[in-house]
Amino acid sequence: MTPAVAFQKTSRHFGAVRAVDAVDLEIKPGEFFAMLGPSGSGKTTCLRLIAGFEQPTSGSISIFGERAEGVPPYRRNVNTVFQDYALFPHLNVLDNVAYGLMVKGVSRDERHRAAEDALRLVQLPGYGSRKPGQLSGGQRQRVALARALVNKPKVLLLDEPLGALDLKLRESMQEELKQLQKALGITFVFVTHDQGEALSMADRVAVFNDGRIMQVGAPEDIYQRPASRFVADFVGSSNVLPPDFVQRYAGQHRWGSLRPEQISVRRDTSGDGVAARVVSRHYLGAATKLSLDADGLRLHATVPSGTAVPEDGAHVILTFNRDQLHLMEEQA
Amino acid sequence: MKGSRFWAWLIFAVGTAYFFIPLIATFEFSLRMRRGEYSFDAYRVVFGDPRFQETFAYSVTVAIFTIILGVALVVPTAYWIRLRMPHLRPIVEFATLLPLIIPAIVIVFGYIRMYGSSSPLPFLATARGTDALLVIGYATLALPYMYRAVDTGLRTIDVRTLTEAAQILGAGWITIIARIILPNVLIAVLSGAFLTFAIVIGEFTMASLLNRPAFGPYLQNIGANRAYEPAALAIIAFAITWGCMSVIQILARFAPKSANRPN
Repeated sequence: MTPAVAFQKTSRHFGAVRAVDAVDLEIKPGEFFAMLGPSGSGKTTCLRLIAGFEQPTSGSISIFGERAEGVPPYRRNVNTVFQDYALFPHLNVLDNVAYGLMVKGVSRDERHRAAEDALRLVQLPGYGSRKPGQLSGGQRQRVALARALVNKPKVLLLDEPLGALDLKLRESMQEELKQLQKALGITFVFVTHDQGEALSMADRVAVFNDGRIMQVGAPEDIYQRPASRFVADFVGSSNVLPPDFVQRYAGQHRWGSLRPEQISVRRDTSGDGVAARVVSRHYLGAATKLSLDADGLRLHATVPSGTAVPEDGAHVILTFNRDQLHLMEEQA
Repeated sequence: MKGSRFWAWLIFAVGTAYFFIPLIATFEFSLRMRRGEYSFDAYRVVFGDPRFQETFAYSVTVAIFTIILGVALVVPTAYWIRLRMPHLRPIVEFATLLPLIIPAIVIVFGYIRMYGSSSPLPFLATARGTDALLVIGYATLALPYMYRAVDTGLRTIDVRTLTEAAQILGAGWITIIARIILPNVLIAVLSGAFLTFAIVIGEFTMASLLNRPAFGPYLQNIGANRAYEPAALAIIAFAITWGCMSVIQILARFAPKSANRPN
């Protein structure tokens, strides 16, 4: 099967800065693919390379089997939803959505009908005559989505599309985007720095750092079996365990990771397990997160609501299931 | 507190008097053409003069062409500088300021030497050619104002993202400039256009030395030969300029604070 988007040793350097450095990547057709990473990790540059706003310094990019280097953005069968939407302020919603068709020379009636359809798809029917300035953030987001979908792209690129929305709206948009993607069967490539968003929406996630991909895999893989310390730490703030510690419990001298929710905390001064002291507590609603000091090693554990939470300075014993201690590929 | 307030008002009053007394005196004088009573005779004479109508119409036409040339030159330049060559900005800004530093008379003598009838580009050989040269010269004179107005307008929109959004939807460069960028900086372009208009209507040096029948030389000619009409003309010229200024003020009120994030 031809991949929707393929990178072969693709690099994009800005002077001495290696924004994207020899990245190999295959995105399958119809996939919801997330690019996750801290800011400056190269994920947005990757997206811009796919869109055609940037050209690779070396390596190649293909979109549905066709070489994409030098092909202008509009001939690539991709479309972009921009971070701040980039709606045309002087046009009303309908003309914004119909813009791509207007440029193509589609007749007025036909393009307005297509734009209405697209607006219905994003649940904004009847909003056509409003100006972008009269819409809320969430509505502008939907208009941007409709505008990107009206040309029926094969790949839709989304650059932190939910970044400007409040939490509640973001959650409902996440669900909607996911459903829309399933219904349309278009390949979605989604850039985000929010690991929760990436894990909950994507079929596969690529974790970026310093212009390189650290790990690609299904959300469960990334979360449960991080390949490196960076991934373990960045995706869901896992406890990164040093090789000496891991040797004691798993018998191998390698870096390990352990999820905070997989540690159980018992108030005790001695017994089986790791002795630790509570440094601080953070109430999160559904759970309380504890910062612990286990003989110099800083660990985090979460205690679900409803159970007793040890106070600051208390001596506790930490236990965990050894199967859940994940050994990372990264060498010690 | 009170003292500083008093001085502020005093300075304001002195400034106002300095500005308005000559204007009022001119206006008063322009009404005294008929002996012993006030009348608008001077204005009637001026408006009835066919040369007033001709030169004014000529200058308005030249102003319109100047505005078209200025917009066609400045909008794509300012846009491109913002989008692709921000490092050239100081150079372009300096270049657009040159007309304020180089006197118009120097420019026009340069033109006369460069484009005379025996030169490879004989603009001055025909009247139309001279008109074209005048338009080009005026566009140069208006450059500092036009460029600044347009550049300020471009600052309020996210040029790069809007360009990319249009690009990925298939728009070419001309479409982007004419249908995305221009409508969003229209208010700024219009205020630049009115400044240009005000400059062209009153300009004397270039029109006079290129020997074109423009409004500025006509003003000068009347001023040298008549008593009451120049005063009336001065008031009319003021009214036109102020009309342009107030249009700019009104337009500025409609300008969006930030077109891209219209909150």
